[in-house]
Formats: sequence, C-alpha cells, structure tokens
Amino acid sequence: MSSNDKRRERMFASIRAGLEAYAPTNRQRAIDARMKSPPAPLVPQRAQKPLAEQKALFRGFLQGQSATVIEVASKAEIPKAVAGYLRANNLPLRVRAGADSYLRELDWTSEPALERMEGRAIGSDEVGLSRVTAAIAETGTLVLASGADNPVTITFLPETHIAVVEDKAIVGGFEGVWEKLRARFGKGAMSRTVNFVSGPSRTADIGGQLVMGAHGPRRLCVILVAE
Amino acid sequence: MNAPANLVVETTSPAFKENAREALADRQLQQALSAVAPGLAARRGAARDALPEFETLREKGREIKNHTLANLDIYLELFEAKAKAAGSHVHFAPTPQDAREIILDICRKANAKVVTKGKSMISEEVGLNHFLEEAGLKIVETDLGEYLIQIRGETPSHIIAPAIHLTQDQVEQDFRRIHTTLPKNRVLAEPAQLVSEARGVLRERFLEADVGITGANFMIAETGSTVIVTNEGNGDLTQSLPRVHIVIASIEKLVPTLEDVGTLLRLLARSATGQEISTYTTFSTGPRRKGDPDGPEECHIVILDNGRSQLLGTDFQEVLRCIRCGACMNHCPVYGAIGGHAYGWVYPGPIGSVLTPALIGVKSSAHLPNASTFCGRCEAVCPMKIPLPGLMRKWREAEFAGGGGPALYGLGLKIWAAFAKRPRLYHVAARFGILGLSALAAGRGAFRKLPFASGWTKHRDLPAPQRRTFQQLWAEQKAGVPR
Ligand code: SF4
Repeated sequence: MSSNDKRRERMFASIRAGLEAYAPTNRQRAIDARMKSPPAPLVPQRAQKPLAEQKALFRGFLQGQSATVIEVASKAEIPKAVAGYLRANNLPLRVRAGADSYLRELDWTSEPALERMEGRAIGSDEVGLSRVTAAIAETGTLVLASGADNPVTITFLPETHIAVVEDKAIVGGFEGVWEKLRARFGKGAMSRTVNFVSGPSRTADIGGQLVMGAHGPRRLCVILVAE
Repeated sequence: MNAPANLVVETTSPAFKENAREALADRQLQQALSAVAPGLAARRGAARDALPEFETLREKGREIKNHTLANLDIYLELFEAKAKAAGSHVHFAPTPQDAREIILDICRKANAKVVTKGKSMISEEVGLNHFLEEAGLKIVETDLGEYLIQIRGETPSHIIAPAIHLTQDQVEQDFRRIHTTLPKNRVLAEPAQLVSEARGVLRERFLEADVGITGANFMIAETGSTVIVTNEGNGDLTQSLPRVHIVIASIEKLVPTLEDVGTLLRLLARSATGQEISTYTTFSTGPRRKGDPDGPEECHIVILDNGRSQLLGTDFQEVLRCIRCGACMNHCPVYGAIGGHAYGWVYPGPIGSVLTPALIGVKSSAHLPNASTFCGRCEAVCPMKIPLPGLMRKWREAEFAGGGGPALYGLGLKIWAAFAKRPRLYHVAARFGILGLSALAAGRGAFRKLPFASGWTKHRDLPAPQRRTFQQLWAEQKAGVPR
C-alpha cells in the first residue's frame, strides 16, 4: 500500500466515523440518483428572459463591469470592428488568435493593416482575440473553453482582450452554460480550463481603490454579432 | 493533549487582548481599516437588493452544503475518480505536515526553482511558504494583496482582502524598499502606478515559474474539476503558464454538480465584494489535453483534512459550510475595530472565532469565541447561514466543560456535544459566557474603546468613546456621508 493510499484510508475512516449518524445504507443509491438528475436549481427571474432582453442585460452588466461592447449586424463586419477598436485606443494592429475556424475564415483582407497570428499567446502579445463558447446574461459573463481553437493564454496574457459573441452563444443563466458544456464535452467532462470572464482584470488591494489591469487584460472589448 | 501535533502555524491567539489593545492604538491600521471594510459591507447590501432571489438562494446553498457534508465520503470518492479520469493526481493529506511534504515532493520531482502561488488560505493554514522556502524554493505570491504582505513578511489579515490593514503609503515605501532595480525617482503617487509596477515585476515571475500553486473555492464531484474565483487573473497565469499545477484544497470544498456550483456562485461574489460575479471564475480539470497549445502538463490536487472530518457529526459540522466569502468579518464590529491580525491565527473575524478553536484547540484560542458582541450581524449576512454566534457560545461552553483543554481532538468533542445539548448545562454555560464578557471588559480596559453593540454597552459604565462608534459609522455609511 502506497503512503498516499494509507493517508487516504485514514481520511476516509475519519470522515466515515463522523458520518455514522447518517444511516450509511441507501446513501449511495440516493446520491447516484442525484448525480444523474440533479434537483432543479433556483434560477433567478432575470436569467429567464427572452433573447432580446437577455442581450440587453448581458450588455448592461458587461458595461457596468468596465468592458467595451460593440454591436455588429453580421460576422463580415468583425474585422472592421476589431481594427476600429484598436485604432480608437491607439493599440497595435496585431492580434493573437487560436485556430478557431470561424475567426480564421472571416474576410481579414478587408483590413489589410491588421496582422493576425495563430497559436498560444506569448509574453510580448499585446492583443488577444477569442470566440466565446457561451455568454451569460445573468451576470454579463463570457465563457471560454480552452483548446487549440482557444488557447487559455490568449484570455490572460495580452493587455487587451477582444471576444466575439454570437447570438447563439447567449444564455440566460449559468444553467445554460452547463447545458452547452455537457453537449460539447459529454456529461462529467470538461476542457482543461473553462474560463468565466466578466470584465477586465482588476484589483482593490491598494487602499481599497479599484484599478484595472492587475495581472490579466487592462481592457476587454466584446463584439456582439447579431447572427 | 495540550497543543495538537498538527499545529504548524504559530498562533498569538492567547495574547488576543494585548493584540487588540495594540490594534486599537495603531493609527495606520485604523486608517486602513476604515478605508475599506465599511464599503464592502455596503456593496454587499446593494448586490443583495439587486437580486430578489438572494435570500432563497441562501437557503438552497445551505441545503447543498448540508447534503454534501452528510455524504462527504461518497462525494470525495466520486471526485477522486473523476479527477483521476481527467488525468489529475489526487493526494490525500490528513495533516498539514502531510500536505507540505506532498507538495515539496512534487516540486522536487519537477526540479522546480521558482513557484508562483495564487491566493489560498489553506496554504496559510499549513504554513506552506515557509516550509518550501526552507527547502530552498523561491515562492512568489501573485495575488496583489498577498504579494504586498509577503514582501513585508506578514500574514493575511482578511480572507479575501489580505492586505486590508495596509495604507497606500506603506505600499509605496515597501515597493521602493524591495524593487531596487527600478529608478529611484519614479512616481508612485497613485494606486494605478503601484499596481502597474507590481504587474511588471510579477509578470516576469509568472513567465519563469516551474510550478504554480492555487487554492480552490470548489471541487466538483461531477467533473473532477477545481474552481478558483479571482478578480486579478493571477490565479489563471499561475496555473496556465508553469509546467506543473498544484491545487491545495480542504475536504469541505466539495460540491456535487455544476448546478450546485451555480447556486454557490450566485452567493459568493455578492456576499464577498458586492459584485454580481467576480471577474474570473475558472474551472480546471486535469492537465492540458492532447493538441492543447498551452496549460500545465501535470495537475496535482492535494486534499487537506486537518481535523475537519472530526467536526462531522458534531454541532460544529455547520462551520464546514463556509465558502470563505468574508462577509462575516466585513460586518463584524469587533473585526472592524481591531482588524484581522489581533485574532492571532490564520482565520480572523467571526468565522475565525469558530474555526480556529476547531483547528488548533480551544485552549490556545479561548479568547476568540469571546471576541464577540453577539450582535448577530455575522449570522444575518452569512450566505451559508452558519449560526456563528451560537457556535461561539458553544465553544465557550466546550472550554468550560473541558476545563480549557482542546476538546476537539479525539472523541472529546463528540461526547461533549451530546452532553451540552442538555438545557441545565446550557444555563450554566450561558452564565459563564456572561461572566466571560464582564471579565473582558474589566481586564485592563482593553476593550473600553471597542465600539460594541448597544445591547451590550447599555448595561455598562464605559468611558466616553474617543472615536465614532460603529453604529455612528454605520448610520453615516448608509446615509452616504463621505469619509
Ligand atoms: S462564515 Fe459565512 S460569512 Fe463568514 S466567510 Fe464563511 S460563508 Fe462567509
């Protein structure tokens, strides 16, 4: 028996001694059932609105959390929105993106000055571009699942993060995210990281004053695509 | 047994009264505390008001944690199996010493020199930094607040705002003292300039680290994931850049499913900082997958017990529902007056007053359950509805019944718990509790300046307070008086 096994046994023995009061028989069956179909959580009213209202809620919360929100009518307009945002903020016209085919296949030739690099982010990258797996209206939150399409470093290393949100990504509340994740990765599985992002990085650790850009991005720009 | 063998982090809790007196006389501390804590409380109120379902969610959160704790063995097995299936190594640490040795061993095998760390109260509880440093590793705290106190050689004074006791001026002085390679005449007048400097310094550490250690707010049995919640994104750089990611978490962080995490997330940030949600919530599951261009190649999860399992089946089981939001300390008049360090061990405030006796024995922390006005505000705001004042009272009774010995270790507590449920003892012990308070008030005047709740001060002949009372501050805060 390895030393980890021994320590494991000790911990379980101690836990079970404390749980004696909870009739050990039948617990396993009840839990298997609960894991299979978890009791319906209390979903706040605000998370149960129709799409148009969800979109407004999502935008409102994100802006309140210091993100910039740009709305475009179709995905063809994304390159222009990206370049426009970078120019308006005096940022380099060079973005790092993953292997996401939706982003790759956009017509980037419409913005010849905009350089696009694929792969994980490195320390010198200044702008990251991602497409989200889901967007939560309830709290104004982006959901990004890691992988070759969407390397996790893009969300955290560059000072500026631009995220594309399609209408179909928007969900009312957290429950909609779980549904999407289970559909994509299978129940009980996940990508290495799933990141909820609700604005630029921030801290209030110095004198309680809010400052953006603690370690992650100083700026977050969300491009909402109405299709 | 006088001091539990697994007490690896020194305590100054026995000197609580002296600590408190010093804290009250510390001008910088008083300035720092008044700048932050009342704002957190006010924001929590606003966030609660903005979500009509909040109070019902508290009830649901309580049920989820109660259910999980009542079946902790099964959920721990499920979590372990899922985490392993995702490629994580799962380590069991009954004691702090086990946790430290397991982590050092992982670092050694990884040939690590530099270790970055996200915020983790459990790592404080096991005294991890000190232990790894003694073994020759360079440990870098990356949460800004944790970094600020690391460079001062201090410990956190608040569970979510570890440097809440520091003023901006102190931070500037520390940065000038520590960051000696930067130009001497640089301007550091604004918080933004200080944050920028720390960002630059820490970014280098992130990129050179061999191992990244984070805590976990939740461990999900359904997926084998661990979850961290931050505002800075430091925990993400900590776990995504190095080759090895180590998670250290205690057993009560388990939750069954994603649905359950959702309910707890709806409570956590609102209770902590008054945010709808923290800026970053990260679910981590195993090491990087085939084809992933980034993320750690190894993922280790170290699960700590440290006496928690012995609370199961006792009245103190309820404390294991805690999600470490900090609301109880943000709303506590005693904490607000003396800050966190006076409590003398890792966890300050009302949760500390209940948890510390459980973890290090009630003997060396006997003052803590007495550091309460029983105003009930902590229980009223606790998202997990932990009856903190009631549990403090029980510790007093336990200390009384146990002759001051650490009742927790071994069977002592369980026997005592059954005994204390009898009303006769309750009355005796309640009287003892009142005597305890009187003694405290008379004791060399240490608490005369404490802004106690009126229900308490009313019956006592106290000298005129030298500063505004908590009630005044509270009323002004609500009325929006700028301070
Ligand atoms: S005891 Fe309650 S209020 Fe205090 S930190 Fe824990 S969950 Fe939050």
